[in-house]
Amino acid sequence: MAAAWREEHIDLGGLKLRIGRGGSGRPLLVLHHDTGTLDKLPFYEALSAKFDVIVPNHPGFGQEAERPQWMRHPRDIASLYQWMLAELKVDRPSLVGLGFGGWIAAEMATQAPRDYHRIVLVGAMGVKPPEGHIFDQAIVSYIDYAQAGFHDPSAFARVYGDVTTEQLVDWDLCREMSFRIAWKPYMYTPSLPNLLGGVKAPALVAWGEHDRIVPRSAGELYAKSLGNARLEIVAGAGHCVDMEKPDELARLVTSFIEEN
Amino acid sequence: MHVMYFTEQPMSAYPAEIGLETGHTALMFSNKHFDPVAGSRLYNQYLEHYIYAEEQGVEGFMLNEHHNAPFCMQAKCNIFASILAAVTKKAKIVLLGNPLPLAENPIRLAEELAMIDMISKGRLVSGFVRGGGQEQLATGVNPAFNRERFEEAHELVTAAWSRPGPFRWEGTHFQHRVVNPWAVPLQKPYPRVWIPGVLSQETIIWAAKQRYPYIALNTSIEATKKIWELYDRIALETGYESGPENRGYLQQIHVSDSEEKAERNARQFLWMQGEFTGLAHPVWSSPSGYFSPEHRRNFVEFAVGRAVNPRGRPTFEQQVADGRIFFGTPKTVIPKIRRVLEETRPSIYGIWGNDGSVSDEDARTCIRLLGQEVMPAMREIGEELGLKDPFQLNSPVHLKYSTDIKSMPQAAE
Repeated sequence: MAAAWREEHIDLGGLKLRIGRGGSGRPLLVLHHDTGTLDKLPFYEALSAKFDVIVPNHPGFGQEAERPQWMRHPRDIASLYQWMLAELKVDRPSLVGLGFGGWIAAEMATQAPRDYHRIVLVGAMGVKPPEGHIFDQAIVSYIDYAQAGFHDPSAFARVYGDVTTEQLVDWDLCREMSFRIAWKPYMYTPSLPNLLGGVKAPALVAWGEHDRIVPRSAGELYAKSLGNARLEIVAGAGHCVDMEKPDELARLVTSFIEEN
Repeated sequence: MHVMYFTEQPMSAYPAEIGLETGHTALMFSNKHFDPVAGSRLYNQYLEHYIYAEEQGVEGFMLNEHHNAPFCMQAKCNIFASILAAVTKKAKIVLLGNPLPLAENPIRLAEELAMIDMISKGRLVSGFVRGGGQEQLATGVNPAFNRERFEEAHELVTAAWSRPGPFRWEGTHFQHRVVNPWAVPLQKPYPRVWIPGVLSQETIIWAAKQRYPYIALNTSIEATKKIWELYDRIALETGYESGPENRGYLQQIHVSDSEEKAERNARQFLWMQGEFTGLAHPVWSSPSGYFSPEHRRNFVEFAVGRAVNPRGRPTFEQQVADGRIFFGTPKTVIPKIRRVLEETRPSIYGIWGNDGSVSDEDARTCIRLLGQEVMPAMREIGEELGLKDPFQLNSPVHLKYSTDIKSMPQAAE
């Protein structure tokens, strides 16, 4: 059963933050990819059957997301979201970080290690992969980068259809914002692994079997560095597990949060 | 009228067919295809061309730099500028220019340029550019802050040149505890700064606000006129009247002793254009954040292959027709240049003489005819048309050194 999905805006320090929200239950903060997010996705819908799902649109990531000129690092987004949670009076949410959003989730968890109920990182950026590199979007086109997030091209087509000009503009804005805050080092915080040990909340590290964007070695590093974590591989999925296997990932997240 | 000689210094001795097969000849085109034996020969050949050019009467050398691409061998224009500062005597050394955003340490750049200015005994013109999109990727510099870095580095370099140190710099993109470079330029208040450009209106507006001459790179006559309309309007708004001393132009002109040979060699200009605008991925040439936001909507369609290049890909014949490429003997070329001078009235003129795989002998012929016949004729026409250059007029190096600024009408309180 689809929950009513609503859009909220809150002003944080001169910035208007746009938030999608739906469902009820334990609060669940879902942090989207560096390619932005569609307003509605089957993954969000599935989670909203059990949880109060909160999906902020990362500042600067798309035409609808005001760009904060001052922002210089994903840690700034992490701090902003701690502030947002306080404003929304949300206590002890669980975090679900998708790709780039996983980096923000990991930063939030290290900033406030006692504040989160459960943590789920899916193909998370944020640490330097011990083997391989995080895929550099700067040298491929917008569509090629978005497609590289999927193992099955038909899954990409199902989500994005015939890619519109509006979507391309959104992707260019997302890319520009990624450059503004994560250009060098590209998509990781060198010190982050040293801080993950303080995070005691149970964590699930999920990785698409065929992730071409973030090497699995990064997932192994996350699972090893976090205080209480396990790594789960999702068969048949690429980097964007949430869009390619929404029901499987929602089941995994739901059972992980409920079992703990 | 100041006329100078330019070449991209192409690395023509590379397997072009492999570039065509690869589908790109920039940024990611492997440098395993670079032959340093040929590179050594060509670097020395190009150096000899400048020395020869001065002997033939050429009064300025325009130098530039690019990275990770065979169309231009100069990876650091200050290197050639340093050598020419020592081995030539009179010609102006015009850098168009150092890509400011690529400088991680603009103080170092200020020092290098000061040294070149002193070694050349005050012959340096220190142009600055933003650098192409690929340059940002090739050097790991954030394209999203390109213009901010350009403007701040310009502030810092000119401060390092003109403000007695030591002082502190706490900027947005550059922070320096101590700015106090021992070497400062010979020319005061600092070497002339010229700003080249081709596409971006922001750069024209910025140059006009600084009162820096703008050098239109190989634009058609109609496009050039639009550039001067904009520049002149901004100049008036800024409080001064712009003229030929604010206007520069770079044009592809190959001269030879016969029309046939001139045309054959002029076709080599396409060699470079194909590589420059054709054989690179659009997202390399224009990484996100690098280009003006107003072009975003058109650009994204082009970047995914759904629209044609907004710059277009004119044929050789089209470029000859709209005046972007001239070729011929001095006798046939000079009247064509006269028309450009009459219609667009620049006082700074770069002649892009040789490119691609023009032979050493033909390149020298071109340089000799430019130096002995074409450039003297241009200087005469310049006198006739009143095209006084910044050196002749001793015009202010920057707006803040102007003494003729009209105060702008103030809004009522």
